[in-house]
Amino acid sequence: MSTPHESPVELAEQVRTGDRGAVARALNLVDDRRPERRAEALLLLDALEGHGRGRRIGVTGAPGAGKSTLLDALATALRSRGRTVGILAIDPSSKKTGGALLGDRFRMGTTARDAGVFFRSLAAREQLGGLSEVTGPSLDVLVAAFDTVFVETVGVGQSEASIADLVETLVFVAQPAAGDLVQFMKAGILEWPDVFFVNKSDLSDLAGRTAAELRAGLDLGRSSEMTDRPPVLCGSSRDGVGIDALVDALDRHHDALARSGEAVRRLAAGRLARVRSALAARYGSFGLARLAGTQPVESYVASHPDRSVERLIESLGSQIEAGYGAASS
Amino acid sequence: MSPRPAPPTPKTQTADATAAGQAVGKPAEREQPWLFRTYSGHSSAGASNALYRSNLAQGQTGLSVAFDLPTQTGYDSDHLLARGEVGKVGVPVCHIDDMRRLFEEIPLEQMNTSMTINATAAWLLALYIATAELQGGSARKLRGTTQNDIIKEYLSRGTFVFPPVASMRLTSEIVSYTVEHVPNWNPINICSYHLQEAGATPVQEIAFAMANAISLLDHLRSSGAVSEADLAKVFGRISFFLNAGIRFVEEMCKCRAMTALWEEIGRERYGIRDEKMLRLRYGVQVNSLGLTEAQPENNIVRIALEALGVTLSQRARARSLQLPAWNEALGLPRPWDQQLSLRTQQILAYETDLLEYGDLFDGSHVVERRTRELADAAREELQHVLDMGGAVAAVENAYMKQRLVESHTARIRAIESGALTVVGVNAYRESVESPLVQAGSSSILKVDESAERAQIESLRGFRSRRSATAVETALRQLEDAIKAGSNIMPPSIAAAKAGATTGEWTAILRRVFGEYRAPTGVAAAASSSARAGDSKVRERVDALSQRLGRRLKLLVGKPGLDGHSNGAEQIAVKARDAGMEVVYDGIRLTPEEIVQSARDEGVHVVGLSILSGSHGVLVVDVVERMRAAGLGAIPVVVGGIIPPEDARSLEQAGVRRVYTPKDFDLERIMNEIVDVVAEANAAA
Repeated sequence: MSTPHESPVELAEQVRTGDRGAVARALNLVDDRRPERRAEALLLLDALEGHGRGRRIGVTGAPGAGKSTLLDALATALRSRGRTVGILAIDPSSKKTGGALLGDRFRMGTTARDAGVFFRSLAAREQLGGLSEVTGPSLDVLVAAFDTVFVETVGVGQSEASIADLVETLVFVAQPAAGDLVQFMKAGILEWPDVFFVNKSDLSDLAGRTAAELRAGLDLGRSSEMTDRPPVLCGSSRDGVGIDALVDALDRHHDALARSGEAVRRLAAGRLARVRSALAARYGSFGLARLAGTQPVESYVASHPDRSVERLIESLGSQIEAGYGAASS
Repeated sequence: MSPRPAPPTPKTQTADATAAGQAVGKPAEREQPWLFRTYSGHSSAGASNALYRSNLAQGQTGLSVAFDLPTQTGYDSDHLLARGEVGKVGVPVCHIDDMRRLFEEIPLEQMNTSMTINATAAWLLALYIATAELQGGSARKLRGTTQNDIIKEYLSRGTFVFPPVASMRLTSEIVSYTVEHVPNWNPINICSYHLQEAGATPVQEIAFAMANAISLLDHLRSSGAVSEADLAKVFGRISFFLNAGIRFVEEMCKCRAMTALWEEIGRERYGIRDEKMLRLRYGVQVNSLGLTEAQPENNIVRIALEALGVTLSQRARARSLQLPAWNEALGLPRPWDQQLSLRTQQILAYETDLLEYGDLFDGSHVVERRTRELADAAREELQHVLDMGGAVAAVENAYMKQRLVESHTARIRAIESGALTVVGVNAYRESVESPLVQAGSSSILKVDESAERAQIESLRGFRSRRSATAVETALRQLEDAIKAGSNIMPPSIAAAKAGATTGEWTAILRRVFGEYRAPTGVAAAASSSARAGDSKVRERVDALSQRLGRRLKLLVGKPGLDGHSNGAEQIAVKARDAGMEVVYDGIRLTPEEIVQSARDEGVHVVGLSILSGSHGVLVVDVVERMRAAGLGAIPVVVGGIIPPEDARSLEQAGVRRVYTPKDFDLERIMNEIVDVVAEANAAA
């Protein structure tokens, strides 16, 4: 519940201190569709923009791959290294009723109850790719409050692309299974992730074989300008095997991005992609094309680095609507 | 009060009866009845001991021990999670002195004791053996049963602690130990009882119980824990614990089908030839799922008919029978209520002519056809489970759980729609006032709230009396033995004698094996999809969500240690179908955790489910902590076995709605959740 008459700027300040109650209220606010609350949410997000200290890591994979247990183990490992953790877990909504059963908090186990871990479940709502449109702004809130922020979602091929826009590092959790490589390749899954983790290595030596297949597939399928093949690790999140190696791999990826300047580039590209896809979803490619004539999205986003993505979407959206107005009058 | 001798094996009698051509008409000599038990225990070892002795004096022939939830989940009475749960649903047993007090003046060598204990079965059996030895008895003479069936804990009952692989190891070590050292003990009681309570159809009940037994036997055989030569002996010592519902003809056919299938599995899968070992041995507790809170006296008749279902056919008759009390949907039964259940058994066994005949149904086409249908369908479902890797795999991938939740959902919908008649609930609801329930709170047993405090004091006294170094050594040896892969029983018995506690023993195992969270099955249960009738509520949910600015979000969770999650899961599925976003937070939550979930998840309303009788402490604690955390505006609703007086005091403490088992109309509950959220957000 929100405290009435709380100013968005004050709320942003509290979020930045890592105050859990404030983080919860901020998440409620960015999810709120009422116009007056929407205005407040934009003020909040603008105030948070540029203060995101946390790293954004996406975790995706097929249902049953063990994403929740992996997150549980990862969060435990990070906590023992003294870092604070925020988690956003996305479950599908029923298309028919709009309702959703959000079971990740339960599946996560004890970690979701750790006072140093903030956990929010989110319904995918009407988005096909498995990500609700409040995923982006919710992450923007969490990275202002915590050191490491995970977003967990079911991977269905298409969604890897949109989750990649939201994070700096994408982890794909694979199940050991022979013959899945073709499926991975068909779904285009191999193109996006930065780290692969073959889970349930305790079950059989299938995990090693799956990892080998993934490596072979990655060598084949990656475009040539990408020099390094992303790491493919094996482990068992249930037994805590291979988790430290995964945390190290995530750290290495983070450092490499920072050193090469890729981090800045990814952030900018991610902001642009989020603005584009939100506008395309609301106004279609026709609306976007109309806008491109007057105001190229790219230069608009680049020239306003201090504004939140949601604000940019809102501003450009009203330009499109104004354009429609002009056209119809 | 001396217990009656155990009944002779009916197998021989059947053979004799058939040989003598007595199948038609002529009464045979009266058979020995099954064992009469009553599942009981509460407050303290002393109070439970008095109850057992009075039950035995009334003609009960065996004991059935109910342990409280902290004991079942391996916590001492003074643990944080035990708060409010001590002595509630059973007796607390923390150490050897509790166990000795529990069986004071009851010579264990002469008793036949069933212990409903699973995750901590090895420990309670160790305490039982140690107690018998301290009484001057011998483990070799002990008769009884440890339930020791973890698979169904994951599926239904919820008192699991360890992951499946570790649990399988514990179970098999108890089996291999008892086969050698406690030869008359039933080391495992495979329970389909709880599967039916969770909604299983007869076919699912048979198939899942068989899959469960097979996973254990396969494990025992492949791990080398039991030699090929001992396999028949182990097979013969595996017993089952079935449920019996009100469709008593079908239930009887179920028992016959199961008997046939078990024999078939023994012969074909395990190559067992000994007829005696191949016979299905089972105990029964009749159905609680179908007992109603509305017009509760009707349950007296239901219980008697259900008892008939599992005693009628001599070929498939229960070895022991426990009948619930008619008023258990209202609260804890009093000694008088339990006596009525025992009298029902005695009338059936001693007054009627039931035990004077051989099998009444041999040659009945109708019974044989239904039996065959059930066996065929069960065989198919069993094969399906085996194909996916057996019972453990079907727990981990949630297959069995999903099937159960689906069946339960279908059952509830059938009651709601009237397709399934439940007298007094969805039909014939007009009733004159019942003199049996007019007495209000005096018609159920109240566990003395001071029992918890007294138990904690006595536990602390015990800890200060014992030798700390002896306990330390015993626990270290226990840990070493587990890590070395040795059998857990000998070091556990030593630890019991040294004075270790339930919490200490389980803590060692928690450290070595880890703790487990079972899959819920709620996600897929929902696939049975929303009904047309839901659309009215859905419109209201949509409208309110618009007004709230985001979709109505509900938190569903269970405070305390009670793991019966069926009700909470049904509510979660229904709320999802009504268009709400539902955070299902699961079982064994402390009030602090619930408040944290409510805040972090940004929910509009919190729904708590609690069946253990600890609502007074835990629910009020949640409400107060919500207020202290600035979340007082979020309404809390509660469902559970809650007597009217308690409901009133919960409402006074700030709970917005209280639901009990008589509130079967989930649609109404959903509507009221919408009302409650609308009221709480009236100013918004």
